[in-house]
Amino acid sequence: MLRARAGLLADIRTFFRQAGVLEIETPVCSRFGVTDPSIESFTTRYTGPGAARGETLYLHTSPEFPMKRLLAAGSGPIYQICKVFRGGELGTRHNPEFTLLEWYRPGFDHFGLMDEVASLVNDVLPSSLPVEHVNYGEAFQHYLGIDPHAASAESLRQCAIDAGISDAETLSLDNADAWLDLLLTQRIEPHLGRERLSFLFDYPASQAALAKVRQGTPAVAERFELYLEGIEIANGFHELTDAQEQQRRFEQENATREERGLPTVPMDRNLLSSLASGMSECAGVALGIDRLLMRVTGVPSIEEVLAFPYLRA
Amino acid sequence: MASYSTSEFKGGLKIMMDGDPCSIIENEFVKPGKGQAFSRVKIRNLKTGRVLEKTFKSGESVEAADVMEVDLQYLYADGEFWHFMDPETFEQVSADEKAVGDTIKWMKEQDLCTITLWNGSPIIVAPPNFVVLTVTDTDPGLKGDTSGSGGKPATLESGAVVRVPLFVQIGEMIKVDTRTGEYVSRVKEG
Repeated sequence: MLRARAGLLADIRTFFRQAGVLEIETPVCSRFGVTDPSIESFTTRYTGPGAARGETLYLHTSPEFPMKRLLAAGSGPIYQICKVFRGGELGTRHNPEFTLLEWYRPGFDHFGLMDEVASLVNDVLPSSLPVEHVNYGEAFQHYLGIDPHAASAESLRQCAIDAGISDAETLSLDNADAWLDLLLTQRIEPHLGRERLSFLFDYPASQAALAKVRQGTPAVAERFELYLEGIEIANGFHELTDAQEQQRRFEQENATREERGLPTVPMDRNLLSSLASGMSECAGVALGIDRLLMRVTGVPSIEEVLAFPYLRA
Repeated sequence: MASYSTSEFKGGLKIMMDGDPCSIIENEFVKPGKGQAFSRVKIRNLKTGRVLEKTFKSGESVEAADVMEVDLQYLYADGEFWHFMDPETFEQVSADEKAVGDTIKWMKEQDLCTITLWNGSPIIVAPPNFVVLTVTDTDPGLKGDTSGSGGKPATLESGAVVRVPLFVQIGEMIKVDTRTGEYVSRVKEG
C-alpha cells in the first residue's frame, strides 16, 4: 500500500509536469479560516515574535484561498498536494486529516476542467474507464422524479419518505439543501461511477460554495463532483472571481453559523483583496487522494490506505 | 436521562428507539464534502429481534438504554415464569415466556444462560453455546445401520429434537451446539 501511494503521487506529478502545471506550496496555518457552516476547522495557537500575546490559527481544510491569491498574482496554472484537516469527520470514507490534490486552470470553465480530471484519473487507474456527465437536476428527475432546483423542503421530505428512507418522517433538517444532501447520498450516489467516471454537474445555486452562479431558469452553480463506485472523489468549480459576491457569501455563511450556534470564523481578507485586484477566469478542483487510492487498490475503507489512521495516529 | 450523541455511536451501543431498547449493529458516517453530515445506523430491536435502518443528523442525541448482559443460572420454572439466579450474589430474577422464547427447548436446570436485562428485567434469555442433554427418545431399531443415511431424530430431556448419528441410544448424553441446533458428540458420564 505504501508503494501504491508513492506510485500514485509520482504518476500525478508526471501528469502535471507534462501538462505544464506548476507544483506549489501554501501555508497550512492561517489567521483566517473557512466560513462554510458544514466544514469544521481545527485551530491551534502561535505565540512568539510577531504575536507576543499569541493568536489563534486555523489549519486549512483546503488550500484554495492562498492558491487563488497566487492565481490573482499571475502564477498561471498551479497544483498542490497537501494534508488538510477537518473536524468531526471519521468513518469508512473520512479521516480528520487527509491528502488533497488541488489544481487551478486559468481560462478553463468547469467543463474543460472535468475533461482534465477525467484524463488524470484514467491515467492512474489500472484500466481506463468510460466517462459520463450527469446533470444534477436530471439525476434527481431520473432517480426520484423531483426537481431539486424548485422543490421545497417539505416536498423533498415527502420524496424521501416515498423513496423509503427510514426516519424521513421524524428527521429534522435545517433546509431544502440538507434534504437534497440526504437524497443525493442515499438514493443517487450509489448509482454513480459504476465501472465509469460519473461527473455530477450544475448544482443548485444555493449550493454554489465558491462556484460561479450561471443565471437562467433555473440559476445553477457551475460546480461538479466526480464519483467512482458511488464515492465522491473530487469537487470542482468554475471559480467565483467577484470579490463583492465572495464577501457576501462569507458573511452569509457566518450568519448561518450564528443561527446554528457554531463559532464564526474570520473571513479571509487577503483573498478578498486579491479578488478585488482582479483574478482571471479559472476553474479549480480538489481531489481526495486517499479515496482515489482506495479505488486504485480496490479496498473499501479509507483506513486501509493510511499508514496510521486517526485511531492509531 | 443519559443520552448519546451520534459521535458516540459504535457497534454494541444500546439506545432507545420508539420506546424499545435497541443495539447498534453498524454505524456509517455519511457526508458530502460541502454538505450535511449524517449517521446511518443499522440497529437491532432487542425485544423483537428485528433489524432496522435509521438515519440521524450528525450531532443529534438519542436516549441511552439501560441494558446489560449477565450470566445467570437457570433454577426452575413455575408454569408462568422461569427463575434465574446470579451464582455470586444469589440474587434472583424471573423471565416471562416472551423473554425465554425458543431458548426453552435447550434449558436445563443448573445451566448458565446469558440474560439481557433492560431496566433490571430480563428481555432475552440466550442458552449457552453448547449444552449437554440426555436423549429421552429415539428409534432404537436402526442400530447397526451404517448406510450413512444422515442420522435419525432424537428427543432430548429439554424437549428439543436434534438429528443424531444412528449409534446414539436412549439414556445417553450428547453435546449440542445451540446456535446451529446440531449434534456435536456423545458425552461419557463423569
